[in-house]
Amino acid sequence: MSSPSALLALEDVTKVYHMGDVDVHALRGVSLAVEEGEFVAIMGASGSGKSTLMNIIGCLDRPTTGRYLLAGEEVSKLDRNALAEKRNRTLGFVFQNFNLLSRTSAVENVELPLLYAGLHTRERHERSREALTRVGLGDRMYHHPNQMSGGQQQRVAIARALVANPKVILADEPTGNLDSFTSIEVMAIFQELRDAGITVVLVTHEPDIATDAARVVTMRDGKVQSDRRQEPQRAVPTPGGAAAGGEE
Amino acid sequence: MNPLQTLRVAIRALLRNKMRSFLTTLGIIIGVSAVIAMVAIGEGAKAQVEASFASMGSNLLIVLPGSTTSGGQRGGFGSMPTLTWDDLRAMRTEVPSVKYAAPQLSAAAQLMSEDQNWSTRVFGTTPEFFMIRNWPIAEGSAMSDSDVESGTKVVFLGQTVVDKLFGANANPVGQLIRIRNIPFEVKGVLAKKGQSPMGQDYDDAAYIPLKAFQTKIQGGLQQFIQGVVLIGATTESATQLAEQQVTNLLRDRHHIGVGQDDDFSIRNLTELASAQEQGTKTLTTLLASIAAVSLLVGGIGIMNIMLVSVTERTREIGVRMAVGAKPRNILAQFLVEALTLALAGGVIGVALGLLGAQRLATQFHWPMLIRPDIIFVSVAFSAMVGVVFGLYPARKASRLDPIDALRFE
Repeated sequence: MSSPSALLALEDVTKVYHMGDVDVHALRGVSLAVEEGEFVAIMGASGSGKSTLMNIIGCLDRPTTGRYLLAGEEVSKLDRNALAEKRNRTLGFVFQNFNLLSRTSAVENVELPLLYAGLHTRERHERSREALTRVGLGDRMYHHPNQMSGGQQQRVAIARALVANPKVILADEPTGNLDSFTSIEVMAIFQELRDAGITVVLVTHEPDIATDAARVVTMRDGKVQSDRRQEPQRAVPTPGGAAAGGEE
Repeated sequence: MNPLQTLRVAIRALLRNKMRSFLTTLGIIIGVSAVIAMVAIGEGAKAQVEASFASMGSNLLIVLPGSTTSGGQRGGFGSMPTLTWDDLRAMRTEVPSVKYAAPQLSAAAQLMSEDQNWSTRVFGTTPEFFMIRNWPIAEGSAMSDSDVESGTKVVFLGQTVVDKLFGANANPVGQLIRIRNIPFEVKGVLAKKGQSPMGQDYDDAAYIPLKAFQTKIQGGLQQFIQGVVLIGATTESATQLAEQQVTNLLRDRHHIGVGQDDDFSIRNLTELASAQEQGTKTLTTLLASIAAVSLLVGGIGIMNIMLVSVTERTREIGVRMAVGAKPRNILAQFLVEALTLALAGGVIGVALGLLGAQRLATQFHWPMLIRPDIIFVSVAFSAMVGVVFGLYPARKASRLDPIDALRFE
């Protein structure tokens, strides 16, 4: 199923959690290949294994069995330090609850990945400014998260995810805490990133959001239930439409 | 990430919680300032004791003539003169560890100026006496060897005697005074020396050359020294040796057989001084260890707050890990935070300690002495406290699982 050229290639990946005496099979053999530049939405109900899949793709966790190739390199057996490097250089994260550092300016938040990449202050600052401008927040560089709206905070988070020029941006329910108007704004940014050639993998349980993606992978009981390609639609705001989503 | 960047991140994190950071360092601040103040004052006291013993004379030994037994009554040391002038010469020339040896003969006498009189002790001695006592001349000239040889009737007065006979701030050099009605010219005034460790006023004395003392005060030359001999050893560490060598020399010269008592005695004042010093040292050590305990408590305070901080910032740790922080970056960050807290406490503590010692010293007229090495040691020790107590929380932070940390509520 996976081709050697794929940017992300999972081969028969399983993940088992040991919770006390019980083994929880979060993933039961998932194979998935994502080509460079794709916009993939991963859908599924709560407990379907989509978050576990996301963690493995994001190098935050390692599969119990199976192989995971990221940009052609086997990463499923790497240690914590090597995984940290992958997250730093190849991946960018966007979370449902933004996960910005509080009492820290937007630009400092965006700088964070560059700090761990070992860049100098001036270059960090320069690139952070560019990234913030790219998400339309060039004029709010020194605002703190508590001085910004949810949509702005999420855009800071996106700037942080893309500042290190990653190959893949992983977004876990990025619109879950946003109202529908803001959701559309945020989704538009993901579209732009895809247009710029960045691979976007998006976890959501909102069908409205998934319509933006060219490919929708649906998870169920730790397996891929369906994997279909579609014509992405650029959603337009519909008053009273998809409201702030719930927690997974 | 280089150390400077880590430091900057740590300082920024600490400044985000200014009050808490301050309270956390307070333990270290109090501990270090206590150490600094205690040691400064303790060292000051020690220096004062040292100075007061140094004022007695450097590396001083006092040789007292022996005792007499007459009709079953034992007279005690000094009751019979047993030291001869030849003994004195021998001590000076034959014992290598002896640098100076001076006789000190004394008598109580009334001194008279033109309009005042004062009773004090008059001493007959040689110029070496002033070397042993470290006693310079303030006005006029010092006693010379020719004064001693020719038996000139000159006198060297202590400051107290000058005050009593001539009034304060007077310069009596060149004037005549009468000692037991014999006129003496005041040739020099000795520098003010203050009190002996026993509270005796050194400045309440008059000194005249040995020969004049013998002929005019004592009444005729005698074979035995009617007083004591002061010895200055070459160095402080040689005092013990000098004591031994002088004892052997005198036993030999006095033909004292094995098992027989000495007919003289030697007082070693350096020993007395070190005993006193030991006392202050014990006190200083005691106070410093109490202060060290408070430093330890300060360290535990840092550990406590760092643990709270790690828990509170679990999500931050998760975010940092997600964007590429390695476990050692997280470890370094929290360790540097603890270290910064402790070091800042150390530096502020040193400043406060010095200030406090200064205040105490002025308020109670205590002496104080600042030792740079103690400042260095306390700052280094607080840094060590920071590392030791910061290590556990920092390790805990670095071992967090990024997924759990990100999900932490």
